[in-house]
Amino acid sequence: MPSTFSEFLNNWGEDIWAATIETFQMVSIALLVSIIIGLPLGILLVMTRPGKGMENKFVYQLLNIFINIIRSIPFIILLFFILPFTKWVVGTSIGVKGVIVPLVVYTAPYIARLMESAILEVDRGVVEAYEAMGIKTRNIIWHVLLRESRSSIILGLTIATIGLIGATAMAGLVGGGGLGDLAYRFGHLRYEADVMYVTVALLIILVQGLQSLGNAAAARLKKD
Amino acid sequence: MIQLENVTKVFSGKKGSIQALDDVSLHVKKGEIFGVIGYSGAGKSTLIRCANLLERPTTGTVKVNGVDLTALSPGKLREARQKIGMIFQGFNLLKTATVYDNVAIPLKLSGLNKQEVKERVEKYLEIVGLEQKHQAYPGELSGGQKQRVAIARALAHEPEVLLCDEATSALDPDTTEAILELLLKINRDLGITILLITHEMNVIQRICDRVAVMEQGQVIEQGTVMELFTTPQKATTKKFIGSVFSHNIPESTLTHLQGNGRIALLSFFGISSGEPALALVSKHFNVFPNILSGSIIQMKQEPYGQLLVHLRGDKEEVEKAIEFLIEKGVQVEGEDHYAVNIQRVS
Ligand SMILES: Nc1ncnc2c1ncn2[C@@H]1O[C@H](COP(=O)(O)OP(=O)(O)O)[C@@H](O)[C@H]1O
Ligand SMILES: [Mg+2]
Repeated sequence: MPSTFSEFLNNWGEDIWAATIETFQMVSIALLVSIIIGLPLGILLVMTRPGKGMENKFVYQLLNIFINIIRSIPFIILLFFILPFTKWVVGTSIGVKGVIVPLVVYTAPYIARLMESAILEVDRGVVEAYEAMGIKTRNIIWHVLLRESRSSIILGLTIATIGLIGATAMAGLVGGGGLGDLAYRFGHLRYEADVMYVTVALLIILVQGLQSLGNAAAARLKKD
Repeated sequence: MIQLENVTKVFSGKKGSIQALDDVSLHVKKGEIFGVIGYSGAGKSTLIRCANLLERPTTGTVKVNGVDLTALSPGKLREARQKIGMIFQGFNLLKTATVYDNVAIPLKLSGLNKQEVKERVEKYLEIVGLEQKHQAYPGELSGGQKQRVAIARALAHEPEVLLCDEATSALDPDTTEAILELLLKINRDLGITILLITHEMNVIQRICDRVAVMEQGQVIEQGTVMELFTTPQKATTKKFIGSVFSHNIPESTLTHLQGNGRIALLSFFGISSGEPALALVSKHFNVFPNILSGSIIQMKQEPYGQLLVHLRGDKEEVEKAIEFLIEKGVQVEGEDHYAVNIQRVS
């Protein structure tokens, strides 16, 4: 067993390491960009909602429909569907760079929804108390809405990240690389079962670890 | 200090519109505690939320300290609101922040520097009696303590007026009493004008100087608390007072007693005037008073009591006894009024 394990490492170690790095790259960049886009959209969804501070039916409905449309397209179809757009944004539609765009288009609306539902949980009364104290809206957003929902936000982002890891597995189709791609190309297409098992095990550890981390952080931030 | 002039508020929704306030005018004087009482849905919350424009009146004006809030720009309105404190039934604290931060964060956001923030937080947490709880989270506090934090948060802006929206309605009787004491102290020591709304008569009776009764979006009666207790005009007002004094006498007893003598409701201020006068009645006249029910409540200035008595004796002697009681400063209502009382009890 030890000899076969070191043999395996010799043969595959580098590939697996490289694939892991690629996965981390894709996930972290796409996540960051998706948060930068999704979080403000989530806030906008809450603020323009009927009966809320900046009520605006047009913006709210437009955003709602737009998000629903994107959310109803499976990632694999989205990947090809927006190829021209991807090319226009980053100049290429292949490789890690080319896969970031569809990953963001896929994840940002999801994050917007998750943030929306997290922020909606915040007690309306606290916002009112801050309005009554003459606090500016942008400070209320930051110091009341986001602060009070931070535990739910962390949980939402954990879910989004795990979804993102799943989506990166399909990134191989446009040459994005990553663990999913490795398992598919070698494990499935070339019958290297060991590679498949190891990458799947790695993915499971990754997802489990992330979820535990997210749960722990959320529990720590929750004070009630 | 707070002047609402002909304020109306109409909420229009999908299922038609609701007139929550119907031409309401109120003047709260500087330094007083003004109470608004009414049943659920009367429009009390809408009224108090108009006082700092959390709810913008459909028509009418709202002046606080001489400034017409309805005419201010959003920026100026925010400035004005910093001088109008508000506390709520649900406390409305940040769950994720300590007691200290709950008071400190709004101060920081209002532009005070670190040192000023620290001084104010410490000062006002001490005033509300929470100097030991700086690092506790709201989830670790009792309802009364949470309301104290909310009061400290409001006071820390050093407002001229404090609005209280059912501030004690979520609290048990003992805690209510303690919070009312605190509000009295704030009014007395810091000179802060208080406008409060409630559906509980004991809150009015305990700390208010003046009171308005609301029903269906209108103020149906207002005056000093004493006036309202002694000469209530409207049925709703009488009902609220009846909720404090419930003279619940079986019908059969009443019929039995009415045969020989007279039933009278005696009201008096101060503990000295009621019972001693009644004791003298039996000494000076050929009348035997029999107390059917009675109670004394603590009002802001002095105690106020009501006794329902049966005065047994000749008609003439009973009349003389009643005159004597009135002379002694006791207010006497006869059988007619008592009939009203029965209604308000049931
Ligand atoms: N934001 C709102 N939208 C629609 N109707 C409202 C709103 N706020 C209050 N109302 C209605 O106005 C009336 C008075 O409510 P409120 O002022 O809360 O009464 P109270 O505080 O005396 O119980 C009620 O009929 C209530 O349903
Ligand atoms: Mg109310």
